[in-house]
Amino acid sequence: MSARTKLSLILLFAPFALWLGVLIIIPHIDMFLVSIREKIGIGQYRIGPANYMAFFTEPLYWNTFMRTALMSIAATLLTFLIGFPVAFYIAKVARGRLKTALFLMVLLPFWVSELVRTFGWMILLRETGVISHVLQWLGLVHRPVELLYNDGAIMVGLVYTSMLFMVVPLVTTLDSLDDELIEAGYDLGGNGWSVLREIVIPHAMPGIVSGSIVVFMLSLGNYLTPVLMGGKNSLWFTEQIYQQFIVRFNWEQGAAFGFLLLFLSSLIVWLGLKITGQTLRETMG
Amino acid sequence: MTTDETLAGSACGTAETEACDLECRGVTKRFGDFVAVDDVSFTVPRGSFFSILGPSGCGKTTLLRMIAGFLQPDAGDILIKGRSVLDEPPNRRPVNMVFQHLALFPMMDVAGNIGYGLRRRGVPAMEIARKVEDALERVGLPGYGPKRISQLSGGQKQRVAIARAMVLEPDVLLLDEPLGALDLKLREHMKVELKKLQNRFGTTFVYITHDQGEALVMSDQVAVMNRGRFEQVGPPSALYYRPLTPFVAGFVGDTNRWRGRVLAADATGVKVSTDTGLTLLAVPAAGQSPSTGDDVDIFVRPEAIALSRDEAGLGNLENRMEGEVVSLLFNGANSRVLVRERDSGGEVDIALPQAGEMHELKPGAHVHFGWRADQALCFPASGGDGA
Repeated sequence: MSARTKLSLILLFAPFALWLGVLIIIPHIDMFLVSIREKIGIGQYRIGPANYMAFFTEPLYWNTFMRTALMSIAATLLTFLIGFPVAFYIAKVARGRLKTALFLMVLLPFWVSELVRTFGWMILLRETGVISHVLQWLGLVHRPVELLYNDGAIMVGLVYTSMLFMVVPLVTTLDSLDDELIEAGYDLGGNGWSVLREIVIPHAMPGIVSGSIVVFMLSLGNYLTPVLMGGKNSLWFTEQIYQQFIVRFNWEQGAAFGFLLLFLSSLIVWLGLKITGQTLRETMG
Repeated sequence: MTTDETLAGSACGTAETEACDLECRGVTKRFGDFVAVDDVSFTVPRGSFFSILGPSGCGKTTLLRMIAGFLQPDAGDILIKGRSVLDEPPNRRPVNMVFQHLALFPMMDVAGNIGYGLRRRGVPAMEIARKVEDALERVGLPGYGPKRISQLSGGQKQRVAIARAMVLEPDVLLLDEPLGALDLKLREHMKVELKKLQNRFGTTFVYITHDQGEALVMSDQVAVMNRGRFEQVGPPSALYYRPLTPFVAGFVGDTNRWRGRVLAADATGVKVSTDTGLTLLAVPAAGQSPSTGDDVDIFVRPEAIALSRDEAGLGNLENRMEGEVVSLLFNGANSRVLVRERDSGGEVDIALPQAGEMHELKPGAHVHFGWRADQALCFPASGGDGA
């Protein structure tokens, strides 16, 4: 490699390396150092695992994490179940302008910020909101109903927020499925269900896996939606981290939770890949 | 194919329904104002290789997709073994299809592909394994079961696609130009292979193609399709030597063509003056009876034209001309000579004799050529739809 190409390669990589180093690697190293610091007196610290141990010894933290993880898995499944038919319709059934229009309709809500979208849902679901009024007007209920601040509301918010990230990879992989394969599936005696199971889903697997990973991670790390739609008692793990940092000013504990979230969510994704027999390389390639 | 079956080919719909696997009665399909398939009727005798030959856009794929069940005809009926299948969805019809791009399932191995249809029928796993191996052996790929589709060559994929359909023992196998994607050498090889496979399985094949070479080599019967209609149905030799329409004469095989006006006509021959000023003797094509003053087209095959260095070499051929060699198109046994006719200036395509005095023919040489009147077929002049 000549000196010139070497220089241009370095220059090309410089912004990426800077971004990675300054915004991700260095803060994480610092966070890690903070997380293994135990406070033993005013201004006195020692190195130890106490902050991590607190996660396992205090049931509230552990339960909150489990709840967050299970709800995120549920949100991922639900997003997949809703997103798959939508993606299939866009990729395989709709043609021409309808296809573009439908794709745009999936994309459009993401042009406004997540905060605004979440407030939109709150306007619909709150006690004095649209749905409550409609139900009263129809005579189905006799006093205002509160639809916000429960797990269902959190789920609605999470699914809605993540939909795009499931639909886009699915549309892409389904688009590349040759119609002839589906026809051949029918021609050889398959019905809708077996064609879906043996041909469409295996083909769409990379899209399903990458979509699911993104949706799961987004849900697990989501702060805004659970707090706004689930209320103060939504018990979301990110909320715990926020509490430690901002309310209790316990940066050491917050940093440890941050690392635990990173580690445990990676573990869940790894387990998910193992159980479904997928590899990350296949998905990305 | 026995003589009886040949006869059944024409009388299938009536008394001999038993002997025919596929019958179409007045099948029509429209897309908006466009008539893709226009009142097509035909029968395919059991165990025969039936080809539908036509240029792209003639409606042959539409017809095949209707037989497979992917499209519903607007009118007419499709019968398989004498039973209408219009109400049956594609997965219930006793027909299977080899797709244009084969449509092998890349997510399964070879055995998975071939066993797919059997699994759908709920055949026990042991029997599936046995039948799959049996099918692989019959297509000449024993032990290929665990291979990935991506590991196969073009010709092997072809055979797996056929095995996948044949393992279900369909009454009729539909083939949608499956050789189109192969390179020339492999295509020539697969033509022969396909015909052998058809003999070995004894299944009725319906093959569609735009390549007349494929259709003529493999088929027992060929239907020439044009603009949604069947122009002629018959054995390959009949299409070649006794075309019934100018389209068939022009589309099947190479041919020389002159347009002209009838000067005199009787039952045995026609005398035609061409637009380029030649006077030719020809015979009316089957079913045609041109009369004086009609506009006609004359078709002459390149191999029907005799070539000679001197006029005496032509003997007593009815049509005789002379001209100058424009170019030699060497292609082994199918070599051709292009000769510019002296009086009209028109170019004539002549097959180059492989032996004898024509061996050292050079461009610019002066030659005599001619053909018998009964080698020149006369059709009423058609519009622009001749090939």
